[in-house]
Amino acid sequence: MRKYILIVFIVLLLCPGLSFGITAREIMAKSQEAFLYPGKDMKIRVEMRLISSSGKVRLRELTMLRKNFGPPGGQQKYFIYFHRPADVKGMTFMVYKYPQRDDDRWLFIPALNMVRRIAARDKTSSFVGSDFTYEDVSGRDIDDDRHDLVKEESVDGRDCFVVKSIPKKQDVNYSYKLSWIDKESFLPLKEEYYDLSGNLYRVFTAEEIKDIQGIPTVTKRRMRNVQSGHQTEVVFKEVSYDIGLTDRLFTERFLKMPPRRWIK
Amino acid sequence: MYVCRTPLTGLRILILIHGLLIIIVTWGNAQGAELSVNGFLQLNYSYSVSESNPDGGDFKWAEQRGQIKLDFSSSNLRLFSKADLYYDNIDRDTDASVRELYLDFVSDYYDIRVGRQIITWGLGDLIFINDTFPKDYEAYFSGRPLEYLKIGVDAFKAGLYPDFVSADLVIIPFFEPNNMPGQDRFWLYNPMSTATDRDEQEPATKVDNTEIALRLYRNISGVDVSVYFYRGFFRTPSARPEDLRQILFYPELSVYGFSLQGRAAEGLVSLEAGFYDSRQDRSGTDPFVPNSQSRFLIGYQRQLWEDFTVALQYYGIYMHRYSEYLATLPTGMPSQRRYRDLLTIRITALFMHQTLKASYFSFWSLSEGDYLLNPEFRYSFSDNVWLALGAMIFGGGQQWSPLGQFDRNDNLYLQMRYEF
Repeated sequence: MRKYILIVFIVLLLCPGLSFGITAREIMAKSQEAFLYPGKDMKIRVEMRLISSSGKVRLRELTMLRKNFGPPGGQQKYFIYFHRPADVKGMTFMVYKYPQRDDDRWLFIPALNMVRRIAARDKTSSFVGSDFTYEDVSGRDIDDDRHDLVKEESVDGRDCFVVKSIPKKQDVNYSYKLSWIDKESFLPLKEEYYDLSGNLYRVFTAEEIKDIQGIPTVTKRRMRNVQSGHQTEVVFKEVSYDIGLTDRLFTERFLKMPPRRWIK
Repeated sequence: MYVCRTPLTGLRILILIHGLLIIIVTWGNAQGAELSVNGFLQLNYSYSVSESNPDGGDFKWAEQRGQIKLDFSSSNLRLFSKADLYYDNIDRDTDASVRELYLDFVSDYYDIRVGRQIITWGLGDLIFINDTFPKDYEAYFSGRPLEYLKIGVDAFKAGLYPDFVSADLVIIPFFEPNNMPGQDRFWLYNPMSTATDRDEQEPATKVDNTEIALRLYRNISGVDVSVYFYRGFFRTPSARPEDLRQILFYPELSVYGFSLQGRAAEGLVSLEAGFYDSRQDRSGTDPFVPNSQSRFLIGYQRQLWEDFTVALQYYGIYMHRYSEYLATLPTGMPSQRRYRDLLTIRITALFMHQTLKASYFSFWSLSEGDYLLNPEFRYSFSDNVWLALGAMIFGGGQQWSPLGQFDRNDNLYLQMRYEF
């Protein structure tokens, strides 16, 4: 009998995904860690397809480098190099992301050999014209929202927590978000954003998850604006973690002269 | 018009250079380097709407242009070439120009760039204090794409990156002036209109005349801090009467400056200043050489809502030795103010998933009352084709004011580009 209780206890310990004792905030924090902070650093080659309601496709291809500074939820630096379309090829973009305030962003325009710092709010601006905002790409502070665990449900046969996140301040253009968080990997499998009048507005779906260096990674995702019919499909063509990005990479020097070995 | 400044014709130079490039690329391919080829085909027209040009034409600009960019990189070497071939419908002339052609060598703590290159620094948006590199104002005023505002210099540049500060050192042996609007296509104020003969004297290429520009920079707790130094020449000519002729020359200049940029007040705040040391007229008594000046700008930009950004700049120029200037100014010459200032505003709005961009930029001089308004719409039809329509509208001030003198040069422009 004692042995049986012990086994149950160990099973419970090994399954932090079970709803016993885990709060909605903890789920979202673990999800952010799994989704936006895996590895010490990361390199991905991204293909974005911006698809209009009539089916017209625009393509964006970029290499994104990301390095964590501090624990998950903390500071990160991003370096982005655009391969396509032709009119932005060679442009680079650098973001210092801070947990409690707006990002610092710099853009390099090769035709003028000019670095420009950009005043922008991450919460509502679209990332390169796509259906994703900057905040969708680099994350939102956990404590900017109030999180409630509303139910448990399965998505494509995977058990999920369903968390409702309500912004504490009216600093975004949605009133709340529902997230379906995989109990095992803590990756978001689906998200629904409801506009300020409470109608469904954007839907995120994780369409392909691969194990890369032992890290479950969403390698294909889609954000669909159900009101306008526009959608953006994002495919990670190459992903690698812990490649040893140096701090020095995230400086004006490399913004102007992106190192070939990192952007290839 | 700016064409590469060599005794050979542009086209011959282009063929020569690309012949060399093919050899280098063939050799480099064998060494495992990579070549990428990009470019564009472009239509660019600018129609004079206030009145015909002084030469009777109606277009400030009318051309078809093609550009080829070759980028050839290995791990620490890069060869880059950007060359244009174009047909000018106004002069009925085909020509070529090498916009950039340089070799990079990259090491851990330094890099070197040698060749024709575009250099840009400083914080101003179309206001240049510490960026003393050559500019093509004719291109800007006649509605050409913004990249044509900058002219490449044949220079040596070294970047040094020790941990505590970064440095860019530029050495320019060959003087390159600004390209100002020409008198055939633009109505301009000329104080010496009676002197019809003009003689331009550029600084000779010699060791003493080698220009030096230096920038030291680093980010200090979120603020981008730069310090600048330049020793060379004014790039906009001064005019001196000699007999019945007008001599255009480029007085000696040094500039010492700094800039700061960081987040504040929910936006981005910029501050840049520079002292213009007019080395040929420090006493301020030569009426044909600009006096020393202090220049500064304060900028603020903020995204007000999604895809809508507003940027403001205030720019001031203070003339030193003003009483000496007034005392020696020839009678009949319009006098400049001791302090001139202007405001700029830029509004940028993006629509339709950022494929349509509406922008508005204006200069408005508080001291002179003259202005330049530049509205523009740009639409991307696809990932490869975009079209821009805009206007350059000048006015206000006096017939000799920096922008007011362009009053009769309003133009509507079209830029269309296929990029590959």
